[in-house]
Amino acid sequence: MKHIKTLNTRSLQESMKKGGCGECQTSCQSACKTSCTVGNQTCEKSR
Amino acid sequence: MVHQYRNNGYNIVLDVDSGSVHVVDDLVYDVIGFLKDDPSKTCEEVMARFAGQYTRAEVSEAMEEIRTLEQNHQLFSRDIYRDAVLDFRNHPTVVKAFCLHVAHDCNLACRYCFAQEGEYNGERALMSYETGKAALDYLVSHSGNRRNLEVDFFGGEPLMNFEVVRKLTAYGRELEKTHDKHFRFTLTTNGVLLDDEIMDFCNREMDNVVLSLDGRKEIHDRMRPSRNGKGSYDLIVPKFQKFAKQRKELGKQYYVRGTFTHFNLDFASDVLHFADLGFDQISIEPVVAPADAPYAIRPEDLGIIKEQYDLLAQEMIRREKEGRGFTFFHFMIDLTGGPCVYKRLSGCGSGTEYLAVTPWGDLYPCHQFVGNEEFLLGNVTQGVKRTDLVSTFKSCNVYARSECRDCFARYYCSGGCAANSWNFHGRIDSVYEIGCELERKRVESALMIKAALAD
Repeated sequence: MKHIKTLNTRSLQESMKKGGCGECQTSCQSACKTSCTVGNQTCEKSR
Repeated sequence: MVHQYRNNGYNIVLDVDSGSVHVVDDLVYDVIGFLKDDPSKTCEEVMARFAGQYTRAEVSEAMEEIRTLEQNHQLFSRDIYRDAVLDFRNHPTVVKAFCLHVAHDCNLACRYCFAQEGEYNGERALMSYETGKAALDYLVSHSGNRRNLEVDFFGGEPLMNFEVVRKLTAYGRELEKTHDKHFRFTLTTNGVLLDDEIMDFCNREMDNVVLSLDGRKEIHDRMRPSRNGKGSYDLIVPKFQKFAKQRKELGKQYYVRGTFTHFNLDFASDVLHFADLGFDQISIEPVVAPADAPYAIRPEDLGIIKEQYDLLAQEMIRREKEGRGFTFFHFMIDLTGGPCVYKRLSGCGSGTEYLAVTPWGDLYPCHQFVGNEEFLLGNVTQGVKRTDLVSTFKSCNVYARSECRDCFARYYCSGGCAANSWNFHGRIDSVYEIGCELERKRVESALMIKAALAD
């Protein structure tokens, strides 16, 4: 495309079909204990 | 829903419900802005709107690209997840993570400590091995078919009870073999008692270590003095540097983690100070404090904090391009392999899959609720008694918070922190507005960094 550059390839719609295994890290067990951040967590299946 | 913004010379369009991120030129940026409330507008309507600004040929070309994204479900997509997420939340509750308070005692007296210098409104206490063992047994027996279990050794200061940490870790390794589970142990420490032996142990056993340090010496020492009032920076920084270097060489995770307050709103300098000390996995978070605390973040601080995130993002791009980049926890976004929508929308897990355990074995929804008797759920020997509270926490997700409905960041924060909501509004299903405002800014910064590094 000439006017648009898309940065990602994984869509959230797709993740609905295969997600929900619950094996990923709990957000407050990483490096935050006072704010909730999940967008930066990694999917266990892609580790 | 579409969120678009300009930052650091980039025009960014986030298609919120698909998670697609597009970097666009001014033409497409303007056209999407015109279309976003009603994508069904025709090409003629768009041409009429931009007559004199863009030629018909330019608009036509832009529209073609926009419609391609739309057909690929990467633009103007809708939230189709609600039923699936609510159904997911109705699955039987399993516990998979414990914040294990092995010490309600601390050898520092940090001024902002939500745990009241480790005591959490209660008595000083150390967890016994027997209680810790019962906690791990509880975790294993309530984890259903989840294989990966997480235990964070927390406090107070967990190294004040290191022998129990060591024994519990060994016990966890035994449980792994007998129950086909995998423990991920982590430790959060202020570093005062850290020594070579403990570093070796952690390098063998801890998946992650969180090292508490606030930034520049004067900033750190002001908020994190020892109990006799002396600063702790000089004592711990050389140890943290040595520890971080070892972990880096071993390919093991660590975070140097700090808190910024009203007293150091120029916290980007503290992040960069960490990087200059050689740390490359860094987290600095805004303090959460009662609104009347002198160090609390105030609404009028938001402008300067946002500028700091901008400054930090630009400097991170520069350093990354020079080959000396570092990770800043709150700017991390994995656009190709991030979490699924269930994780993104169903809340942080507090009170359900994530619980905190006190030195006496009492269970609370998370570390932030410890000591608040209203939230005492039960204990590790008799189990959860307050199933009503667990149900309340279970229903606490993005869809339960009306404030999240129109927020573009909802797929990144999962609806925010229940404890913050409780502290500011007396209910767990509301939001902490200052936190939300900063989360939105961090998401914007993180996406801009991705755009810049894709150049």
